[in-house]
Amino acid sequence: MGITQEFLKSIRVTIVLWVITALIYPLITLAIGQGLFPYQANGSLLKTVQGTTVGSTLIGQPFTQERYFWSRPSTVNYATQPDVAQTGTSGASNLAPSNPALIDRAKIDAQKLQQANLKPTADLLYTSGSGLDPHITLEAANAQILRVAQARSMTPDAVAAIMNRAIDRRFLGIFGEPGVNVLKLNLALDAQSPQA
Amino acid sequence: MLQGIFQIALTLILVIALTPILGQYLARVFLQEKTWLDPILEPIERRVYRWIGLRDSEEMTGRQYTQAVLVSNLAMGLLVFTIIIAQPFLPFNPTGLGNVRWDTALHTTISFLTNTDQQHYSGETTLSYSSQVFALGFLLFTSAATGLAVGIAFIRGLTGRSLGNFYRDLVLAITRVLLPLSLVGAMVLIIAGVPETLAGVATATTLEGANQAIARGPIAHFEIIKQLGENGGGFFGANSAHPFENPNGLTNLVETIAMVVIPSALIYTYGLFAKNLRQAWYVYGIVLALFIPLVALTAWGEFQGNSQVNALLGSAAANLEGKEVRFGWAQTALWSILTTATMCGAVNGMHDSLMPPGGFSTLLNLFLQIVWGGQGTGTAFLFVYLILAVFLTGLMVGRTPEFLGRKIEKPEIVLASIILLIHPIAVLIPAAVTLAFPETLAGISNPGFHGISQVIYEYASASANNGSGFEGLGDGTVWWNLSACFSLLVGRYVPIVALLLLADGMAHKQPVPLTTGTLRTDTGLFTSITGVIILILGVLTFFPVLALGPIAEGFQLAHL
Repeated sequence: MGITQEFLKSIRVTIVLWVITALIYPLITLAIGQGLFPYQANGSLLKTVQGTTVGSTLIGQPFTQERYFWSRPSTVNYATQPDVAQTGTSGASNLAPSNPALIDRAKIDAQKLQQANLKPTADLLYTSGSGLDPHITLEAANAQILRVAQARSMTPDAVAAIMNRAIDRRFLGIFGEPGVNVLKLNLALDAQSPQA
Repeated sequence: MLQGIFQIALTLILVIALTPILGQYLARVFLQEKTWLDPILEPIERRVYRWIGLRDSEEMTGRQYTQAVLVSNLAMGLLVFTIIIAQPFLPFNPTGLGNVRWDTALHTTISFLTNTDQQHYSGETTLSYSSQVFALGFLLFTSAATGLAVGIAFIRGLTGRSLGNFYRDLVLAITRVLLPLSLVGAMVLIIAGVPETLAGVATATTLEGANQAIARGPIAHFEIIKQLGENGGGFFGANSAHPFENPNGLTNLVETIAMVVIPSALIYTYGLFAKNLRQAWYVYGIVLALFIPLVALTAWGEFQGNSQVNALLGSAAANLEGKEVRFGWAQTALWSILTTATMCGAVNGMHDSLMPPGGFSTLLNLFLQIVWGGQGTGTAFLFVYLILAVFLTGLMVGRTPEFLGRKIEKPEIVLASIILLIHPIAVLIPAAVTLAFPETLAGISNPGFHGISQVIYEYASASANNGSGFEGLGDGTVWWNLSACFSLLVGRYVPIVALLLLADGMAHKQPVPLTTGTLRTDTGLFTSITGVIILILGVLTFFPVLALGPIAEGFQLAHL
């Protein structure tokens, strides 16, 4: 077969496969997603009764106040910077273990945590892969119970009980690692003891 | 620690358990035997064949198959490049993204066309939903199907069959394998939380009153074929570390298995084609024997953590830099080795921040290219090593080298050598040029030995058609885009042409009857020799850069 003929055939193949894989297939998944699982398909968004979006259960948020559990450090500040308001963003530090900048940053963060009377844990010193990690480890959450309880005038036991309900566990108890979903936890705390 | 090892082991057991099932199915599909999907799919496929003008029993020679691969890939590439360049004029652009720079568009097109999916851009800020779905989403299927077709054609030739017809193989790879599995997988991902929407960024008011921009999109359908086709190009910049691409342990398991299940099954498919399952399992053994130590090494490194940070913590903790809490050290170590072994290239944690044993293992995978290896082509490379082992052992014992009863002669060895040599050429030469201009060209972001690894990794990933990267590298430049294109194209198409010609030559040889003097290739001894040859050839070529990169970095860290 000549090259020209081959090219014409290739164009036909390209068109028909394009229709199948770039048109029909995404349309089917979109229809099923939007039709049957609209909550997940639209990003598991959490809304107030008034309808304003407060976040997504899957996406972390930055927290600085005493009354909230704090998230991991993020190199993109959880996509809250004004310059990414149009598009959103994600990303990591990409610092090598041998890069002095990593250790310098970790030192500063460790100091900050110690000043806040918080024993540093690995997840609170290392930045995440996405910059949007919704979880902290159970250790990191446990270490914060006392602070949050004091700030909210709650008993530590009451805060711990709420925290336990915000744990996302391993799949089938086997795959992945358990983590405390910080946004879910803080929302639950706000529901329990509204801001004075 | 133990729980982590248990997760890794269980995932591997699942992969091995699925291998004969999918392997058998692949064999039935490409031997055109009956499968249970026939009643639904046959009428559709017949229409497709008629429309593209394909006759029922049309078979191709090696040259014809090669021409069809190259010309069709050119046509697909042109279409996709046009769509990306036309982005500002196309719909489904809720964030109002503008022009994509020509060199970024070119690199992205070639990168996805070659099943590499190396990305020198961030999805959120560069590509509209049209570009993602109509352009890249299309190549996620066709580049994987091209690789699978070549792999199958190679197996056919090796086992004395005619190579088949590229267009039929391409269509079957999509309609029978990639599309049905993707449809099911996409459903699972959506149910587990991966979005699939045309809506744009959701703006949230956080509990502390900040404005958070939550990027969304038609992710689920993209995500599953990205894994299953060993593509690896993320919808978002953070790839499968992004909670919308990979939100939990379930999605991580599905995506992990998806990236390895086809290359794993293809070895079994070979066994069925060759009617020698024993040899298939031996070859599978080589892969596992290389894979398991690399996972163990990486997991050990990550579990130990960074001693300097551990000093700040006052106790030993795993290295979580660039990792997500929900995956931890175990699932990230497993993923990073699987994704470089299979040439998927997706990441669920950042490779730049892996400890030196992880950097070493991921690089070694990219150099060897056969620890499963790329979709279709990886399996073929494995058998190229087997052919070389036959040749070398034949020389040692003074027997005519034969593989599956066919003589290995000069043309086979020339083609096999080309396949092996092209990879170091496409990696080391551009890397040397780039490293010669550290200030202007390289874009290194981490100082010292790690910087060398960053540059080497980028070209190794391009040439091996993997697509992962040490992403701190400032690679969004004209130099990086164009020089990576060289490695991408050479690393993809030269081996494909050589594989097809090699397979064609083997198919046309008179089989020699098996005698007691024949060197058997389905024994433990021969398989072990093959494994050693793989290590010698792979490691010797690249050992200097491994020593300058991750090994040196490892010693540096050990002495701090």
